[in-house]
Amino acid sequence: MSLATSSISSLRKRLQAGEITAVDIIDDLASAVSARDGEIGAYLSYDLEAARAAATSADLSKPLGGIPIALKDNINVLGQPCTCGSRFLSTGYKAPYDAHVTERLRGAGAVLFGRVNLDEFAMGSATENSALKVTRNPHDLSRIPGGSSGGSAAAVAADLAIAALGSDTGGSIRQPASHCGVVGLKPSYGRVSRYGLVAFASSLDQIGPLTKSVEDAALVLQAIAGNDRRDSTCLDVPVPDYSEELNKGVAGLRLGIPKEYFGEGIDPAVRAHVEAAAKRLQAAGAELVDISLPHTEHAVATYYIIAPAEASSNLSRFDGVRYGKRAANPDDLLDLYRRSREDGFGPEVKRRIILGTYVLSSGYYDAYYTRAQKVRTLIRRDFEKAFEQVDAILTPVAPSPARKIGGYADDPLHEYLSDIFTLGPNLAGICAISVPCGTVPSGEGTELPVGLQILAPHLAEAKLLRVAKAAEL
Amino acid sequence: MATEHIDVRYVAGLARLELSEEECAVFQRQLDAILGHAESLAAFDVTGIEPTSYPAPVYDVMREDVPGESLPREAVLANAPDQAQDQIRVPKVIADA
Repeated sequence: MSLATSSISSLRKRLQAGEITAVDIIDDLASAVSARDGEIGAYLSYDLEAARAAATSADLSKPLGGIPIALKDNINVLGQPCTCGSRFLSTGYKAPYDAHVTERLRGAGAVLFGRVNLDEFAMGSATENSALKVTRNPHDLSRIPGGSSGGSAAAVAADLAIAALGSDTGGSIRQPASHCGVVGLKPSYGRVSRYGLVAFASSLDQIGPLTKSVEDAALVLQAIAGNDRRDSTCLDVPVPDYSEELNKGVAGLRLGIPKEYFGEGIDPAVRAHVEAAAKRLQAAGAELVDISLPHTEHAVATYYIIAPAEASSNLSRFDGVRYGKRAANPDDLLDLYRRSREDGFGPEVKRRIILGTYVLSSGYYDAYYTRAQKVRTLIRRDFEKAFEQVDAILTPVAPSPARKIGGYADDPLHEYLSDIFTLGPNLAGICAISVPCGTVPSGEGTELPVGLQILAPHLAEAKLLRVAKAAEL
Repeated sequence: MATEHIDVRYVAGLARLELSEEECAVFQRQLDAILGHAESLAAFDVTGIEPTSYPAPVYDVMREDVPGESLPREAVLANAPDQAQDQIRVPKVIADA
């Protein structure tokens, strides 16, 4: 059986026992990618020779020694492309430095293998906004993998990667993990440094793992979490041992069921799976508690003011001057900016830049941006109050399973509204994970994965992983 | 609710985006719908509520003022679309007198 199907934890045992080598894993992955990535489309690029060389010299005594990890193509690796799924950066940009998480993975002995697809600059929920490639759901090739970390989720689900990193600004790790049937963890705000992640919305972005098991998510988080002076929002607080409490079970824990996440608009089959997962945790000794997060319905409006505002500022660096695409024969500097950006950005990115510029502009700033920041406070307080009563919260990840490719290009508001269950944790800064909890028949002979979302307080990843481990099928 | 919230052409200019006529028309419709949804926040009484800029307590983070390593010049220039004399070249910025 191909080593590409294995989890990190099982590969680590076999590597340390001397049954396999790190190069064997790379070779099996390369075969899997050449056999199946043509139809999936997860990878934008990979450097097999570099990966083989790194595998040959991998230090197997390190925690991730010899384990290949795929990176979302918005995380810098020295000398490798970093396209962000955009035409702006697809014309030869090579990263001049390593991101903090890249350094950490190298330090933990991991082998960096491949750059995976995403919605352009991580803006989207389907990976359809990638300007470079279509990525398909491995469980049903006519459907989206979710997004924006759709390449990460599809690669792990199709056994084209052992594990991957993604980034999550409003659900971009958890929603594709749910749609592809893998585990996806968004750490708490400040837990992982974003140095070297191409910024989308800086008060919301976090980097996290997409893996085949909860145990693997704990191993990767362990490697990437912790302080870094180059990201001033990254917290200087100790990183606990995330594997230590993993198998403690949920007996005696109080798990909240927020009524606002189970109402109108949710697919009954999704709801049934999430409720069944909650019942299983109850049977394992947890107490289920009905709770309320009353400002949930305002998360979409709040997020789609704050995130585009920050994006419009962050993406001003793409001006055609220092790197990336530059329009030919500009009349003057302003013409260079305008035409480079017009040619380089796709429609979703332009839409969000315009929206963000508008809500930050004179005369509208207080009415939109400041007001959204205040409602964000109310959303954050909802979670603080809830966590006075419960240890963790159980919800769906997405209202429905993966939709067909090509659904909502003309109706962005509809697409934004489907992010409702994943936005709150980013706005509040708490940690969250998606764990597979069942499948729904598509009616066309395929089975579509459904994820359970678990939420825990800021920096309570150990508890989050413990509940996730108990919920794992 | 007014149907036209935003002058897309004007705002795109502020954002240094040159839009086609077709893009302008599509964005006008889509952004009006999105801003229409955002109107729901106007119903809140947010008097006295502190805005949240960052969800974790990370204020006034300072580090010691010591010079660190910078990227080598050639590493930076390697990604520049146009360069001359070890510098990034751009069109003339200052008009002729």
